[in-house]
Amino acid sequence: MIEAFADTIRRAAADGKTLRIRGGGSKDFYGVALEGDVLDTGSHAGIVDYDPSELVITVRSGTPLTEVESKLAECGQMLAFEPPHFGAGSTIGGAVASGFSGPRRAAAGSARDFVLGARVLDATGRDLSFGGQVMKNVAGYDLSRFIAGSFGTLALITELSLKVLPRPVAEATLCFEMDETQAIDAMNRWAGQPLPLSATCFVDGILWVRLSGAQAAVDAALQKLGGEQPPERTAFWTSLRNQSLPIFATASTLWRLSIRSTVGPLDLGPQLIEWNGALRWIAADLDPESVHRAAQTAGGHATLYRGGAKAAGIQRLAPPVLALHQRLKRALDPQGVFGRHRIHPEF
Amino acid sequence: MGKPELLDPTPDALVDRDELVRRLLAGLPRHCVLASREELKPYECDGLAAYREVPLAVALPENEAQVRHVLRTCNDARVPVVARGAGTGLSGGALPHPRGVTLGLSKMKSIVSIDPLARTAIVQPGVRNLAISEAVAQYGLYYAPDPSSQIACSIGGNIAENSGGVHCLKYGLTVHNVLKLRFITIDGEALELGGEGLDAAGLDLMALAIGSEGLLGVVTEITVKLLPKPQLARVVLAAFDSLEKAGEAVANVIAAGIIPAGLEMMDKLATGAVEQFVRAGYPLDAEAILLCESDGTPEEVAEEIERMSEVLRSSGATEIRLSKDEAERLKFWSGRKSAFPAVGRLMPDYFCMDGTIPKRQLGKVLRGIEALSKEFGLQCPNVFHAGDGNLHPLIMFDANVPGQQDIAVRFGAKILELCVEVGGTITGEHGVGIEKIDQMCVQFRPAELETFHAVKSAFDPMRLLNPGKAVPTLQRCAEMGSMHVHRGQEKFAHLPRF
Repeated sequence: MIEAFADTIRRAAADGKTLRIRGGGSKDFYGVALEGDVLDTGSHAGIVDYDPSELVITVRSGTPLTEVESKLAECGQMLAFEPPHFGAGSTIGGAVASGFSGPRRAAAGSARDFVLGARVLDATGRDLSFGGQVMKNVAGYDLSRFIAGSFGTLALITELSLKVLPRPVAEATLCFEMDETQAIDAMNRWAGQPLPLSATCFVDGILWVRLSGAQAAVDAALQKLGGEQPPERTAFWTSLRNQSLPIFATASTLWRLSIRSTVGPLDLGPQLIEWNGALRWIAADLDPESVHRAAQTAGGHATLYRGGAKAAGIQRLAPPVLALHQRLKRALDPQGVFGRHRIHPEF
Repeated sequence: MGKPELLDPTPDALVDRDELVRRLLAGLPRHCVLASREELKPYECDGLAAYREVPLAVALPENEAQVRHVLRTCNDARVPVVARGAGTGLSGGALPHPRGVTLGLSKMKSIVSIDPLARTAIVQPGVRNLAISEAVAQYGLYYAPDPSSQIACSIGGNIAENSGGVHCLKYGLTVHNVLKLRFITIDGEALELGGEGLDAAGLDLMALAIGSEGLLGVVTEITVKLLPKPQLARVVLAAFDSLEKAGEAVANVIAAGIIPAGLEMMDKLATGAVEQFVRAGYPLDAEAILLCESDGTPEEVAEEIERMSEVLRSSGATEIRLSKDEAERLKFWSGRKSAFPAVGRLMPDYFCMDGTIPKRQLGKVLRGIEALSKEFGLQCPNVFHAGDGNLHPLIMFDANVPGQQDIAVRFGAKILELCVEVGGTITGEHGVGIEKIDQMCVQFRPAELETFHAVKSAFDPMRLLNPGKAVPTLQRCAEMGSMHVHRGQEKFAHLPRF
C-alpha cells in the first residue's frame, strides 16, 4: 500500500499535479480551499502494534477512529485528547492531521501532545520515520508533532504512534446555573485548584463540569463544588465533542476563538465556551476583521470554522511568521504536491 | 582525531576576533562581551565536561534588543553562534564553537509576570527551572517539568532540550507545558510562536522550536503553563530480588490503569553508590528498587497507594515501604536525585547515557548492558525513569587512565545502538548535542537526516546556529559507516570534531 501511495506521489510530482489527502472526508467542510486530486488513505487501515502496558498504540493512518477507540476501550484505555467524530468515516490519520481536540484538551493535552511518532511519505515519495514508539524522544527535530494539525500539506501520514491513557475509574458531571462572567471566573479558579477537572463547558446559562479520576477524588470534588448532577451525563459530553449540540447543529456560520482563558464575555453573538475559557465558539455571521481584532486583543486567534468565506476567516500571520511558514512549505514540499491553502490562503 | 572533512560546512567568517568584538560592542555594554582567554575559560564546556573548546568570544546580553544585535552581527559576519543557558546540559549542546560566539542568556533572568488566574507565567530564558515554581508557590501553582538539575538549569535550556524529569510520565515534557515563545531567528527577527490560548494559527512551529538544541533560533521570552500544586504526595519504595521482576512490576502498575506521578528504578550498583553518599535507607540486598509516587488529593493518594502496593506485592516485591510523612518522602527521593553525584564520588569520571526503550524490552536491554560492562571492563550502575522507559546507565571510568575514556565512549555507543535495535531512541531527554551526533546516523536514514537539514535551512540557511550539533551531515554518517568497518581503529570521540 505504501508503495502505491509513493507511486501516486511521484506521478503527481512528475505531472505537476496536486494531491488532496483524505481519510474519511469528515472534515472536508474545514479549511480555506480543497485543491487537487483526492488521495484516499481509507484502504491503509489496521492496528500495527498495541501493548497496553506501554501506553502506546501504533496504527495505520486510514484506520477508523471508532476502531482505534473501541480497541483501546477493551483494555480500559483511551485517546485522552478526545478527537471529535464528525462522521462514521473519521480516521485516526485525519484526527491527527487536523489536530482537532475535544473537551478533555485543557486537562489532558492536544492531539499533537499525544503524538509520539509518525511514519510519512514526503513530497518525493520517500518513506520516512520521525519520533518513535517510546514516551520520550528528543533525537532530531520534532517533526511528528509538527505534522499534527498540518492538514496534509506537508507529508502523507501513513502510520502513527500515539500515547494513550487509562480511562478514569470514576466520572461525574455537575451543572451550575450562572452568567457568563461568573462561569469564566469559576472555570479558571477551579482549574487552578487540585480538582479532578476533565472538562468544562458554558452554554445557555449553564456551566457544565466533568470530574474524572479516582473514585475518592471525584467524590471529594462533588462535595466541595456543590451544584447539581444532571440525569443525562455522558450524552452531553459526547454531543459537545462531536459538535452535535444545537448551537453547532443550527449554526450556518461558526467562529472558533482560541484565546487567553480569563478574558471576559466577548459579546459577539450566541456562543459556547470550552477549555476553561480558552476556547469560544460563536455562531454568528460576523465581520472577519473585527473578530480577528477581538481575538488578537484577547491573546489568541480566530478561525472561521464552518460556513462563510473561508479565506477571509483565517487570521493573518505576522509577516516574519508567515515568511517562515512559506520557507518551511518550500523546504518540505517545493513543488506543492500536497496542496497549498488548506489551512491558510498564503501557503 | 577529527578530520577536516567532518567539519560542518559553515562558511568562513568575514571578520577576525577584534573586528567581531568591536561590532558586538556597538550594541552591547562592555561588561557583556568577553574575549580574553581567562574570561572565556569558564565557558569552555557545559555539563559534558569531557569535551572542551574555547569560543572566539562570549556575549551576555541583558535584553532582547541585545540578543537581536548579537545574532544580526554574527549573521552579517558569518560567525557561528552557540546559545547557552545555565550550562548544565549533559550532551554538549552548549560546547563552544572555536570560531564562534557563545551567546549566554544567564543575565536575562527576570520573571516578567505571573497570571495566577490564567495559570501562566512569562519568564526570561535565564530563569532557573525551580525558580518558577518557587515564585508561583504562593498561588498554589507550580511548573511541572522537573529535570533533576532543576536547581541550576534554566528554562531557556529546557526549551532547547525539551527537558523532562521525574514527573513527566504524568505531567508531560517541556513541549507540553509551554504556551508561547518569543523566538529570535539568526537574522535578528523576533517571532512570536504559540499564543496565550491553547493553540495558535498556522503550523505548530513551537513543536519544531522546542527541543531544537539551539539550531533554529534563540528564545528570549517564554510563557509557561502552571498547574495546581497537588495537595499531597507519597512514595512507595519496593524492593525486588531480580531486575526482571522489577521491570515486570513497572508494566503491571501501568497495565492496572495507574499513572504514577513518578516511577523510578535503580539497580543494586546504583543503590550501593547512593547509600555511601546520602543515607536514603535503601535496602542494599535488593537487586533493584522501585520508587513509585502518587500525588493528588489525600483521598486520591490513599486510593492509589493502596492499588499500587497491591500490584507491587503481587509482582513479587520482597519489601514495601510507604513514606509516612513529607520528610521521609524526600529522604526516599534524595537517593535517586543524588545518583549522579554519588557515582561521581566513586570514580573520577562517568558518562550518563540517555536511551529510551519500550518497557517490555527492559530485561533484554539490562542483560545487554551487563554483558557490555564485562566486555569493556567498566562498571555501569543503572538508574531509570522506568515509567517511560528512559534509561540512564552511568558508565564509570577514569580519564587519567590512558585509553579508558575511548573505551567508555565505545561502551556508551553500544548501549545506544542496543536501544535503537529494540525500537527505542538514543536520547530521551538530554539531547543529541555533540555527544550522540554519531548515533544519529544509526537511528535515522539519510533521507530523514536530509529532511532535518531542509527544516534547518528554512530557519538558518547559512547554518550558523550551533553548527555540528544535533543533526549530523550525511558526509559525517558516511564517514562513520566506513569507520564501523574498521572497528577498533576508529578514534571517534575526540575534539575538535565539528
